[in-house]
Order: sequence, then structure tokens, then C-alpha cells
Amino acid sequence: MIAAVALGVFAGVFMIAFMNGMVDARLQAIIHTEISSVQMHNPEFLANSDFSSRIPDADNVVQWVSKVDHIKGVSKRLVITSMIASAEANTGVKILGVIPDIERTVTNIGDKMIEGTFLESHRKNAIVIGKKLAEKLKVGLNKKVVITLQDAQMNITGGAFRVVGIFETDNSMFDEMTVFTRYNDLCTLTGLKTTEAHEIAVLVDKDSNSGIVTDVLKFHYPGLDIQDWTQLSPEAGYLISAMNQYLYIFVLVIMLALCFGIINTMLMAVLERVKELGMLMTIGMSKVRIFLMLMLETLYLSITGGFIGIICGYLLCRYLERVGLNLYFWEEAYKSIGYSSMIYPKIELNMIVYTALMVVLTGIFSTLYPAYKALKLNPADATRTK
Amino acid sequence: MNIIEIKGITKIYDIKTMPFQALNGIDLSFQQGEFVAIVGPSGSGKTTLLNIIGGIDNPTDGTVIIDGVNITGLSNWKKTDFRMHNIGFVFQSYNLIPVLTTKENIEFILQLQGRDKADIEKRALELIEAVGLMNKTNSRPNKLSGGEQQRVAVARALASKPKFILADEPTANLDSKSAENLLDIMEKLNREENITFIFSTHDARVMKKARRIITIEDGKVIDDVLREKVI
Repeated sequence: MIAAVALGVFAGVFMIAFMNGMVDARLQAIIHTEISSVQMHNPEFLANSDFSSRIPDADNVVQWVSKVDHIKGVSKRLVITSMIASAEANTGVKILGVIPDIERTVTNIGDKMIEGTFLESHRKNAIVIGKKLAEKLKVGLNKKVVITLQDAQMNITGGAFRVVGIFETDNSMFDEMTVFTRYNDLCTLTGLKTTEAHEIAVLVDKDSNSGIVTDVLKFHYPGLDIQDWTQLSPEAGYLISAMNQYLYIFVLVIMLALCFGIINTMLMAVLERVKELGMLMTIGMSKVRIFLMLMLETLYLSITGGFIGIICGYLLCRYLERVGLNLYFWEEAYKSIGYSSMIYPKIELNMIVYTALMVVLTGIFSTLYPAYKALKLNPADATRTK
Repeated sequence: MNIIEIKGITKIYDIKTMPFQALNGIDLSFQQGEFVAIVGPSGSGKTTLLNIIGGIDNPTDGTVIIDGVNITGLSNWKKTDFRMHNIGFVFQSYNLIPVLTTKENIEFILQLQGRDKADIEKRALELIEAVGLMNKTNSRPNKLSGGEQQRVAVARALASKPKFILADEPTANLDSKSAENLLDIMEKLNREENITFIFSTHDARVMKKARRIITIEDGKVIDDVLREKVI
């Protein structure tokens, strides 16, 4: 029984840490690669991604925001939905016009380069695209692509850009739909002023401070639409709540299995020891004491098994938290839904306490039926059992 | 003085709605220091009578009075407590706790009574010596022969200094030598310490040692004689 409890608890601890690690990695990717902590827009921009819905004095806003507490980085961006075409294919993309050095302070996209650099060369009309898009357009480094977009006068315009870098994130959809160019190149192409921006991305020191910073910015810029990552990426919020629910269900399933395992084992223990229990009743052990004896036996077994399971699960998770668990054989599947195939299980103390408590409670609950069966024994019959 | 008085004990079992009368109006009394064998064919009601005297089964009718206490009227809780302090049991198949040593098996009932540690140890060692198992003090039951296990069971039964000991077929699983040895120990305890033993048995060796033989057939006492008269 100790082995069964240990195995169940080990699996539970590991799976909780695994799922927690997966969700955490996704959230980190959303915040640090895709959207940053907080974004500021012209209120009309998010509704229809209208090219003309811009923040006119973006430089002043950036300057002020960078002085707010908890801010790690502020970057202005132009965000334009356009068509990108190569000699082979074309598709719709979102172009982010960024200042490369500043952009590095709010996202880690510069660290995701698999070929070339993140707009480091001063070559004019340089573009960085995702690996998935490169495959789709069948282009590589130093190849040309043509971008077609609206300019400031709402005319259709276009320009040829040379691929100077290819990035790869854990989200293949992001890789396919997002390209980066220099802010100034995009201003030149569209005729926008270099003080304007569609979006100001803000990175805060801790994810939990996003709300505080958002409130401060909203108070100071009531005319702008300011949202933190939970609002910008509602699926991230759903992801956390859904994963919490999955965890509860998962823990419940494990505890149910544990419960049935304990009931089965203890029932067998009672049936195998009918004679012994009969003898104990005969020589004067009260039913309350027999009940407590069985309860304590189960508790000792559950606690021992649970402790072994928790320790093994904890040690394995701490090890994998450092080295990671590479599920490379499911890489494509994971990336298609925005997850990394390299999972770093994340274990927290409250999980351990919660699991230990659940094991003890399950142990107590599971003993009730076998103990009840034991109490129903008739000592006269039980002592004569073959 | 009578230590046990049994009046009009009747026991009827409902087996598949067919009533079976195991005991039929038994009246008996036992005095302190008796060495009694209850004999009779299988199904005659020996064990049922022993169970009722021991308070682990309830009669359909009648009363069992032990040392002035009518145990048939006690609640299960009080009956269990009464058994712990007043009655010793020896079972046919020893029924020792397999994970405990000889000493621990004997100490167990004293621990249930809440005696102090030094008293428990002293009493256990006394009894181990009385049943001649000093060299097996720390042996578990699986390291003991059947006879040795039954001697541990006798020592356990004596641990709480009960008013009497009920032994249900104590020699049934033993070879002749072990049975003789066990009976000698019991007889010695009976003679020297005036402990009352009541056996249910088929064994001629027990009958040979018993000083009173009660014969039961079809739930009725058909004979109750002192051994001197049997001889």
C-alpha cells in the first residue's frame, strides 16, 4: 500500500508541477515575447486596427511612462496589417515597426533569432520574419519580400524589404503572422511622423505589478486605451483559470484512485485479520480502539507513502526545473498551440502542503468503510475463522 | 463460593430462517479454583456455552452472573471492559498477534488496561517464566512451535489476573508432547495459584487432567461429575 500511495502521490505532484510549468512557460511567452506587460493605444485602434488611430505625441508618453515605478522598458511601435509577398507566395501579416534596441527592453524576440540578427545592420528596409512565415513564403536570409500597405493618406503603397533575420518562438502562429521592421523605415514608407505610434509597449518588473502600473497609466492618460496582459490576451487569463480547474479535476481523480486503492487494501487487511480483530475484541479491546487502530494504521501508511511520493516528486521536479523536460517528439503539436516542447516543471510549497493535506484526508476518509466492516465483526465468529 | 452462575441459558440461532437451538435451559455454577472440562460431540453447544460465559455471545434467554455481576445485562461497551479485567481466553488456534514478540503479545492486554510500564514488564516476565519460555522472550509467533505459541496464549490470558480462564479446544492443534506440557503448566497454575480453568474439549488428555467433567449433548447438560467419581 505504501508503494501504491507513493506512486500515486508522486504522479500527482509531478503532473501538477508539469502542468504548472507548461502554463507558466506559455504566460512568460505571452508577456515577454508576444505582447509585453502593458500596452497603450488610441482607443479606436483596438476596435478596428485602424491605421489612422495613432498616439500623436508618442515620444512624450514614452518619456513619462519610463519614469513610473516598476517599469523595466517602454517601446513605441507602429502596427500595420498588410500583405507580404515573395516570388512564391503571399499572405497577410502584422508588421511591427520597432526601434530594435528599445524593443529589446520590452520583448525578448531578439533572443529568438535562429538566423541573422534582429535588425542590427543599418541596411535600409530590413525585415525580420518568423520561421513559419519564411517556410510559407519560401524565402531565406537576404531574400527580398514585398510589403503592401496603406500610407498616411490612405493610399495603397508598398516596398521591397530584405530579410535580415529569422526568428522562431514557441508559438508557430505568432511566427507566421508577425514581422518586424525598423520604425523609421515604416515611417518613411507610410509618411507618418516619427513622433507617432500605434502602440506603446511597457514591460514591468514583476507580472503581478502589471495591474498597478496599468492603473497609474490610466489615471495619467485617461484619453488612451491602456490594458495589461490579462486584458490584451484574454486567453492567458482563461488559460490560468482553466488550468486551475484542470488541476483540481486532476487532483480529484488521483485522490479518487488513491481512495479506492486504500479502501481495497484496508478492506483486504481487515478480511485477512478477521481472526486477529476477533481476538482483540474478545480480550477486551473496545470498538472505538479498533476503529482508531485501523485509522492510525491507514494514516501511518498514507503519510509514509505520501511523504515518499512527495519527496520523490519534489526532487524530480526540482531537477527538471533546472534541466527541463524535452518533449521534442511532440514539438510540432505543442508549437501549433503556442507551447514550448521544453517543459520546466514548476513546484511550489503550497502545492506540496495541499497535496500532503489531501493525502491525509483521503486516507482518513478511505478508512471509514473498512473500519466499519471491522466493527461489524462478531468476536465469537471471528476468532473461529479458518 | 460460586464465581460463575449460569441460570436457564438458552441460545437459538436463526439459520436461513430455520431456528436452531444450540443451548436449551442450561444451569451451571463454577467455584474458584476449579479445573473443568466441558465435553460433548461436535455441535453439542460447548463452544456456544463458552462464548456466552465469556460474554462474546448473547444468550436468547437466561443469565450469566460472574462474581455477582449479571453480564448478560451489560452493554457491549461494559461487557468488553468486563472481559478485559475479569476473563482470560485461550483459543484453539492461539490467535497471537503475528508482528509482536512473546513479551509484547503478553504485554498488549496490560497496555490496553493502561498499567504503568514497569508493572507491565514485570508481569510479562513473570508469566513468561511461568510458562517456561524465558529463551523465547523476543521471538515472534512464526519462530515458535504450536505448543510454545499456545503457552504464550495462556500467559496472555493470565496477564490481567482474570477471575477465570476459558479455553476453547486448547490442545486440538498440538501434538501429544506439547499438549501434555501445556496441560501440566495449566494444572500447575491451577493448583499453585488457584486459577479457575474451564475447557471445552474433545481431548481425552484434557479430560484426564480435569477434576470436573460436564457433558453436553443437544444443548443440554446430560452429566456433571467430579473426576474422582469418573475414575
